[in-house]
Order: sequence, then C-alpha cells, then structure tokens
Amino acid sequence: MEPVLAIVVGVLMTASVYLMLSGNMLRFLFGLILISNAANLVIFTGGRLTPGAPALIPTGADSPPGEVANALPQALVLTAIVIGFGLLAFALVLVFRAYQSLGTLEADDMRVAEPEEDRK
Amino acid sequence: MAGTPGRRSDLYTISGALPVLIAAALFVWFLGMAPAVADGEVLRWAIPWVPSLDISISFVVDGLSLSFALLITGIGALVLLYSCAYLDGHEHFSRFMLYLTLFMLSMLGLVVADNLIVLFVFWELTTITSYLLIGFSHAAPDSRRSALQALLVTAAGGLALLAGMILLGVSAGSFELSEIRAMDEPFTEHAMYLPVLILFLLGAFTKSAQFPFHFWLPNAMAAPTPVSAYLHSATMVKGGVYLLARMHPTLGATEIWTWTLILFGGFTAVFAMVMALRQTDLKLALAYTTLMALGTLTLFLAAPVGYAITGMMTFLIVHSLYKAGMFLVVGIIDHETGTRDARLLGGLARSMPVTTLAAAVIGLSMAGLPPFVGFIGKEILYAGGLEMPGAVLVVGAALIANILLFATAFIVAFKPFWRPAGGELPKTPHEGPWPMLAGPLILAACGLAFGLIPWVIGGPLVTPGVHAVLGREGTVAELTLWHGINLPLILSLVTFAGGTAVYLRHLWLRARIAEAEARLIDFDERWDRFLDGLKAVAAWQTRILQSGYLTNYLMWIFATMSATLLVTIAARGGIDRVPEFPTLDLTHWIVVALVIAGSAVAVFSISRIAAIAGLGVVGIAVALIFVLYGAPDVAITQLLVEMLIVVLFAVAALHLPLLPKEHGVRKVHAGVALVVGGLTTALLMMASDGPIDRNLTDYFEVTSWPEAFGRNIVNVILVDFRALDTFGEIAVVVIAAIGAYALLKGAPEKEAS
Amino acid sequence: MKSIILMTAARLLLVLMLVFSIFMLLRGHNEPGGGFIGGLIGATAFIVQAVAAGAAEARRVLRVSPEALAMVGLGIALASGLFAGVVFDPPFTGQWHWVGGDSYETAAFSLNTVLVFDVGVYLVVLGSVLSLALSLEEEV
Repeated sequence: MEPVLAIVVGVLMTASVYLMLSGNMLRFLFGLILISNAANLVIFTGGRLTPGAPALIPTGADSPPGEVANALPQALVLTAIVIGFGLLAFALVLVFRAYQSLGTLEADDMRVAEPEEDRK
Repeated sequence: MAGTPGRRSDLYTISGALPVLIAAALFVWFLGMAPAVADGEVLRWAIPWVPSLDISISFVVDGLSLSFALLITGIGALVLLYSCAYLDGHEHFSRFMLYLTLFMLSMLGLVVADNLIVLFVFWELTTITSYLLIGFSHAAPDSRRSALQALLVTAAGGLALLAGMILLGVSAGSFELSEIRAMDEPFTEHAMYLPVLILFLLGAFTKSAQFPFHFWLPNAMAAPTPVSAYLHSATMVKGGVYLLARMHPTLGATEIWTWTLILFGGFTAVFAMVMALRQTDLKLALAYTTLMALGTLTLFLAAPVGYAITGMMTFLIVHSLYKAGMFLVVGIIDHETGTRDARLLGGLARSMPVTTLAAAVIGLSMAGLPPFVGFIGKEILYAGGLEMPGAVLVVGAALIANILLFATAFIVAFKPFWRPAGGELPKTPHEGPWPMLAGPLILAACGLAFGLIPWVIGGPLVTPGVHAVLGREGTVAELTLWHGINLPLILSLVTFAGGTAVYLRHLWLRARIAEAEARLIDFDERWDRFLDGLKAVAAWQTRILQSGYLTNYLMWIFATMSATLLVTIAARGGIDRVPEFPTLDLTHWIVVALVIAGSAVAVFSISRIAAIAGLGVVGIAVALIFVLYGAPDVAITQLLVEMLIVVLFAVAALHLPLLPKEHGVRKVHAGVALVVGGLTTALLMMASDGPIDRNLTDYFEVTSWPEAFGRNIVNVILVDFRALDTFGEIAVVVIAAIGAYALLKGAPEKEAS
Repeated sequence: MKSIILMTAARLLLVLMLVFSIFMLLRGHNEPGGGFIGGLIGATAFIVQAVAAGAAEARRVLRVSPEALAMVGLGIALASGLFAGVVFDPPFTGQWHWVGGDSYETAAFSLNTVLVFDVGVYLVVLGSVLSLALSLEEEV
C-alpha cells in the first residue's frame, strides 16, 4: 500500500504547491491545509503501514502480541496535527486581519512593509 | 584623564582592585605548579561535558601551558594594575576592567585546554573579548573599524580552525589532545592530514597575524595602550603561536609543515621589521615589531629540532617581557606628554627618570645585548636556526629581522628620552603614577634577572616546554650568557654592528621605505574593497531572493526543496525498480478517489464553500487512512481537527472576498507543483521500500506496559517517554492561540485602511 | 441565527460532550484517547454552544477565560514534569505512587504525574482552540 500512498501524497503536494503559488491568500491557506495533510501522511507512511492492528497492549500481556502498527510516527503525527491546526488558525486570523487593514487578499498588493518605490 | 583632586582613585574600588588580585592570585597558583612541571609531570583535570560526543572539559598543565599561563597571569596582573592609573576616572573604567579580566581568563582557558572543542570555545572567547577591547573607544569610527576588522579576520580563521578540529577529532577518533598525541599511528600519515593542516594553519595564521593576514594587528592599536601591551605580549596574537606549538607533535615534522612555516614566518618577520622602521608613531613601530616576533616564533616552530624549539620557547618569554614593558612605557609617554610621535618627543630623561631607566633596561633586552635575557634568546635562536633545514634561509631571515629590531629598540627606548625635543609637546611631561611604573620596572628587572640567572626560567619553563612541543624528550640547549666563541656569537656581533649602522641611517631609510611602501599593495585598503564587494554581493542577492513578492519567495523555497529532494534521491542511487503495486480493494479505491477529488475541487473551484468542503473531504479521507492502518488516536484527532477547520473557515471565509477566477492554468506554477509532488512521491517510494529501523518502536513496545504502566503505546510516548517534546508542542499551541487573540482583540484596526 | 431547538439541544449536548471528553482523557493511557483528543472534544462542545447561542453565551457557560485555561494547563504540565526533580530524577520522568499496594497488580489505584501531565495537555488544547474559535467568532 505504501506506493499508493506515495502517489496520494504526491497529488496532495502538487495541489498544495499550486494553490500556495496562486498569490491569493485564501488559496494560500487552502494550500497550507493540504500540505500539512501531505506532511503527516509522509511521516505516517515512512513508518510503514500495518493494516488493522493499533499499537495497544491487551490486558494481561506485557507487550503487543503480534505485529502492530508503528507507534512512534503516530505519536509524531498526532501532535503535528494539533500544532498544524494552531498554525493554520493563526494564519487564518492573520489573513483576516490583513484583509481588514489592507482591503485586499492578493499578496502582491500587500505593500505596507516593502513599498514599491523603496525597492531598487 | 587624571582624576579630580581629592577623588579616590579607581584602583581602590572593587572593579579596580579585584581584577588585579584575581590575576595575581592565579599567577601565584600557577607558580605553585612550577616544581611539579619542572620534574616533568603533566597535570591533568577533566570533567565530562557532553559524554555522548566524547567532549569533556579537560585541562592540562605542562611546560608549554605553564609558560603561557604564567605570562598571561603575571603580565595580566601588571597590565590590570597599570590600567587602574591609565584609565583612572574614565567613565567606562569598570567595563574596561571587566573586558580585560574576561580576556585574560579566556586566554588562560585557551592555553590550558586539553579538549579540542574546549580549546575552540576559549579561542573564540578571546576573539570576542579582544573585539570588545579594541573597540573600547567605540565613539571613534576608526576604533570600530579596527575592532570589526580584527573580529572578521580572526573569526574567519576560527571557522577554519573549527572545521579542522572536527576533522581531526573525527579522523583521529578522539577530541582529547593528549590522547591524540599518545596514538601509535602518527597522524601525519593519515589521509586527512593535509586538509587538517591547512585548516589549522589558517586559524593560527589569522590569529597570529602572519602575512598576508597581518594587516589587522597594527590597526588593533586603536585600543587603549594597556590593551595593546597585553594583546601583543602574552595573549591573543600568541594564541596562534600557542596553537602551532601545541599541535607540533601531532601535525609537525613533515616537509610541508616545515617549509610552510619557514616561508610564512620568515617573510612576515623581515617584512614586519622593514615596516616597523618606517613608522613615526612609537606605538605603531612596536606593533610591527610584534609582527616580527610572531613571524620569528612561527619560523622556529618549523623544525623538530630541540635547539630551534628551545630558541622558540626562550624568545617567547623574552619577547613577552620586553614587549609588554615597552608598550607600557610608550603608554606612560603618551599619557604624560600627550603624544607618541617620534619626531616630536625628546628630552624626557630629565622629567621622567624612572620611566627612562625602565625603558633603557627593557630596550637593551629588546636589542639583545648582554647580560640581558634578550641576548640569550637571540643566541639560541641563531644556534637553533643553524641546525634547521634551510639554515641559510632561517638564519638569514632571523639576522635581518634582528638587525632591524636592534635599531628599532634604540629608536623607541632611547631616542625620546635623550635627544632634544623635536617640537612643542601637548603636555608638560612629568613622571607617571606608581601603578603605571610598577609594570615596566618589574618587567625590566625580570629581563635583567633572567639574563643573569637563566636557570630560573630554563628548568621549570623552557625545558618542559620544549618537551611538550616536541612531544618527546629532546635535546634542550642550555641557557647561558657565554657559550664560547662560536658562530652564534659572531652572528650576534654582526647584529650589533648592522643594527648600529641602521640606527645611524634610520631617518634616511625611513624616507626610502615610505617611498617604496607607496608603490606596494595596501592590504588595509584591499580589505575595505573586499568588504565593499561582499556587501555589494549581499545587496545583489537580497534583491534577487527577497523581491518582496510572496510568490517569488515561495518559488525559491520550492525550488530549493526540489533541489534537495533531487540530490537526496540521486545520492541514494535513484529509484532502481518500480515498486510493486498491491491490488486495492474497494475501500482503498474510495479513499484514494476522495483525496484526488477533494484536492481537485479545492484547486479549481471559485466558490469558497465548495473549496472548503473539498478540503474537508480530503481531511476525512486522510482520517480514513489512519483508521485503516491501526492509528485510532490519530484518526480521531484528525477528524476533530478537520471539523474545527471547516467551522473556523466557514466563519471567517464568508467575510472575505470571493475567490478570483483564474484564467486558464498557470503553467509555470503547475510545472513547479508537479515537480515537487513527483519528487515527494519518488522519495517516499524509495524511503518506504527498504528495511526500517524499528529500534525505538521495539523499545516502546516492550517497555510501555512494564515500565510506564500504559497500554496505549501512542499515548505513553506522548505523555511519558517524550513528555518534554509534548510540552514544547502544547506551548506552541498556546503561543499560536495567544498570537491570534492579540491580533483579533489588539489594536483597533478599522481606521487603518 | 439563534434557534430555540438548537439552543436547548446544545445545552444537553454540552454536558454530554464534556463528560465524554473527560472520559476520553482518563482512558487515554490504556485505550485510544488522551489529552489531545479529550481537549478537542471539549472545545467542540463549547463551539457547538457558540454556534447555537452565540460566543457570549459560550463564554458565560465556560465562566473562566479560555486563555487562562490554556495557561493554567501549560503550568500544570510543566509542574508535573518538574515534580521529578523532587526525587532527583531527570525532568519529565513519570512518577508513580501506588495506593493500597506496592505494584500495579495489588494497588487499588495510583497517583501519577503522567495523568496530571495529560490533564495539562487537555486544558491547553481546550483553552487554545476555544480562544481561537471564540475570538474569531466575535470579531468577524
């Protein structure tokens, strides 16, 4: 299944890069959502896929009975999802505020910090 | 700078007295080690610092370290005492004393460190503290420029040194210098020898201002005179010499080492003395004689000959004594007359008798006349030079340098005192205060005493020092004033004769050298041009890389990402086979289809709600993948977060403008996107194709229950095994929330547009 | 857009979801769940309230400010980690105390820093997510 997920990740990356390059900040945020999903899947797939066996230890046993899913990437991905959400929400608020102040969502029109005439 | 009458001198404050006492106490402490070191003992002391990287804070005291340590603390104490009077009443007096003390301690750490990394840390500390000292008069642009120049040159060398040290430590298998020296296989046979040598030499030559890195040292004269005295005599610039001496057993005794050191050292010595003769500023003249000394020391470190190394060790001590003393004398002259111009100064013998006496004694030692220790130093240099490979070159360079040094010694130490004044002095000269006189007098006395009873430094310092530099017992020349009539004595006489001749014609020579100098390359000016060029390149690449357009920044980021992915894939040999694709059941097909469809909607839709829904579909499909492959915790988290994202976007996005309609496909962007996506796929296929290191996972699986009492391994990793990481992560979440809160509730923004 | 039906249901749902979130938090060490998931469920409960009856109502029900909740959670997590210093273990080493026995098998229940840490995570996630959602809701 790993090669299939590799392709799925590739699709997600392609879509997110295309969205992020669009110059529209809302589309940029869409790209951000997709790219965090892609990154999480990379980590998850990199740890190999084990169908249907969560990393749980049954009562009475000291360790998992057979082969179970790799717990380490799961722990990494779990926190990455929550942090990704925090980042995304912050970015959303930033874009929202920027729109309120500047009246545009086009990144190339946001020129307060680097006005056109200052650049050589 | 003299204090107001009735005001208590800065010497009697904590910031004045304490540094002096610290330095004196350290000096006494190191002096107590002298008997043991004289017996050939090597004192070592270590505590682990980063055990996993084989780095421990280890210090070693052998003859070499002890010689340096005594010079650093002894001269340090005198210079600190001197500074109390020199800078008495200065508004930043305490700051100055702090810098100087820190500098002394860094230098001390440098010469006793046994671990390469520890040595490097102290090496860089001396760079930083000397930067602060040279730039002490930070209101003067000249001072700032000199400080920055010294910092950049020596720090660049420091970087080379760091690379060399890591290379040495990794290829030798140890970062402890004493262990590297004790290895059976000499490192000079190692494949990495040449790169390590070049990197070390770069570090040493920049620090010790060898040609062509010499130009920063005369500029460092911008510092207050006590700093120059210290920087030039026992510390900073000697750091490079110390490094060469310390590495001599490990890296030395090869053809390339010998000839590199002979050529650079010899050239620097002669070049520096010619330049010294040209100077009219006493301090600058002395600065160039320091260059000469450094060149000479480098020159004599070239060969593994016991006599030459004895000469090096002796000259090291001799030079530190007379150079510190001479600078302090010039400082007194400057302080009491207001000028350092050799053309003006004269007739000071009458008004400054004590200074005159000190200057005369130090000057005679500097000139290398008997019965001063300078004479012994010079004799042994000649004797050692005669035994070295390329003896004609070595002795020739040493002879020329010493002849010119002889003349300069008289120009600096006698002329200002005895000849009639050349013009009006800015101040009426009078004798300096006692803390300023103590240093020159003691150093002068040492110069005389060590000449009369040379075994005082011979036994505890020079002999063990030579053994340390050679890394074995070697033939050590005996320190004595009278060796009988031999070639070194004849060379000494030639030196005196030549020196006298040069002194008599020095005004004429000075003019000729000045003419010649005008036609030569000005390294200082080249340096400025180099810096300007560097700044221009920086500005140019900033304009290209940081255009101010988000899309351009992203293009650079994605291009870099693609390049690194490509390099990684290529370095791993590329994809050698197409991985086997499993036959998918319906569930998997559905998941894949959902991701692709959701992404397509998000990319192509111009409806905000449709795009958000598309993203939600992707999120849920990803959650399904987690469900299918045994990750219930992750799946639940993903679902909840996905839901929250949709809610937040639905709230916010509807207050944002509509998505602009795009006219056709942005071809370049699509190309970049396909490359990034394709490379990620390729990398992931490669990564998941080979075997996986399950060490950590296995560890977590078998310890999760017996040791951490948890049956959900993922959760146990989060809250127990890697709790510190998790703590950092939740801190990030809090910061993001507070940042957003501040943005939303903070400044009233409505009127800003 | 306030609907009476939704408001009534939301109040009931809030209680149910909060109980469920704490249940997920507590069982997390042995079965799927834990502080992250519990905190997200808890936050969702209040967000449902906010959608139904407005952010002000959600804040009223919550009583304390979500930012304070997040900071307290961070403090609890830190304290649980530093507690290991009391017995000279490295920071963030789990400490277990068995009540009514001396091992997992014999003890009635345990007092441990690991659960305290997870409670800290719960509060941080709950507070941060709510802070984000409620402020956004109020300001747009």
